[in-house]
Amino acid sequence: MEAEAAKLIGAGLAAIGAGMSAIGVGNVFGSFLESALRNPGAADGQQGRLFIGFAAAELLGLLAFVVAMILIFVA
Amino acid sequence: MAAEEGKVDPMHQFQIEPMFGSGNWEIAGFNIAFTNSAFWMAITVILLWVFVYGGMKRELVPGRWQMAVESFTGFIDDMLEANVGKEGRKYVPYIFSLFMFILFANLLGLMPIGVLGLHPFTFTSHFTVTGVLAVISFSIVLIVGFWKHGFKFFTLFVPHGTPVPMIPAIALIEFFSFMIRPFSLALRLFVAMMAGHVLLKVLSSFVIGGINAGMGIGVLVSLPSFALMVAISALEILVAGIQAYVFALLTSLYINDAEHLH
Repeated sequence: MEAEAAKLIGAGLAAIGAGMSAIGVGNVFGSFLESALRNPGAADGQQGRLFIGFAAAELLGLLAFVVAMILIFVA
Repeated sequence: MAAEEGKVDPMHQFQIEPMFGSGNWEIAGFNIAFTNSAFWMAITVILLWVFVYGGMKRELVPGRWQMAVESFTGFIDDMLEANVGKEGRKYVPYIFSLFMFILFANLLGLMPIGVLGLHPFTFTSHFTVTGVLAVISFSIVLIVGFWKHGFKFFTLFVPHGTPVPMIPAIALIEFFSFMIRPFSLALRLFVAMMAGHVLLKVLSSFVIGGINAGMGIGVLVSLPSFALMVAISALEILVAGIQAYVFALLTSLYINDAEHLH
């Protein structure tokens, strides 16, 4: 396989990571909403933790994007 | 921006170009020309200054402007109160500046003034800029931590109640998770802004390419792409706010670690 083709395939495979982190982010917000509807009184106090979880899940997806960018433009 | 064959280079928007004083403006071998990045930073600071100054009239019955500014300061104040406690009050100026600077920068980069021929430049989509912001936050954590606790600050790496045989492994993991903080902080903001802007430019190249290809393909490709562009722009405004919030929130959490250890 040509090196250039391998790079592009690798960048495409990195998109799987973006999709996986989409599952993660959806899970964070979904679980939050589920439990916020059960106990709306406690929901506002947990917003900070919601965004910490979101940030952690999102970062891993963004890392997949960085891998793709490195493969296309740097490597 | 559209080069030959109606193609849009999605990376062109991130190019740093000197606006004036290129070439021989050098300090220790580094070019210090006034770039478009610096220009947009200056615009951000001026707008931020105007925004906050307009709300500092301290009237007893606040008007709309004062209310807007006070709701932002109150928001940051509440966040620090919730995450750090009453010692958090003294970090309000820093976190407020950080939050508003990032927020204004992100939003200014999304301004649709490209139609007027002015190209907005999102300087938060550069790792150097976000890296410096993250390093400032990280050094505040280090300075406060060592100032307040001295060498006891290293107990941060051993949480309470860790079984003795586990201490070396836990300390190693905690050390790495501590040292990786500035990178994750900077990387998150930079990649989130860059990814969104690349996405918008790729979609815009679909629109241009569809229109160039003729009527049928234009309707089939360009219209959905344009609708998606509008939706993604709305999402990007949301992301601009969330990323600024997350940056400020994580900084305040790290400051909490420095203030109270574990």
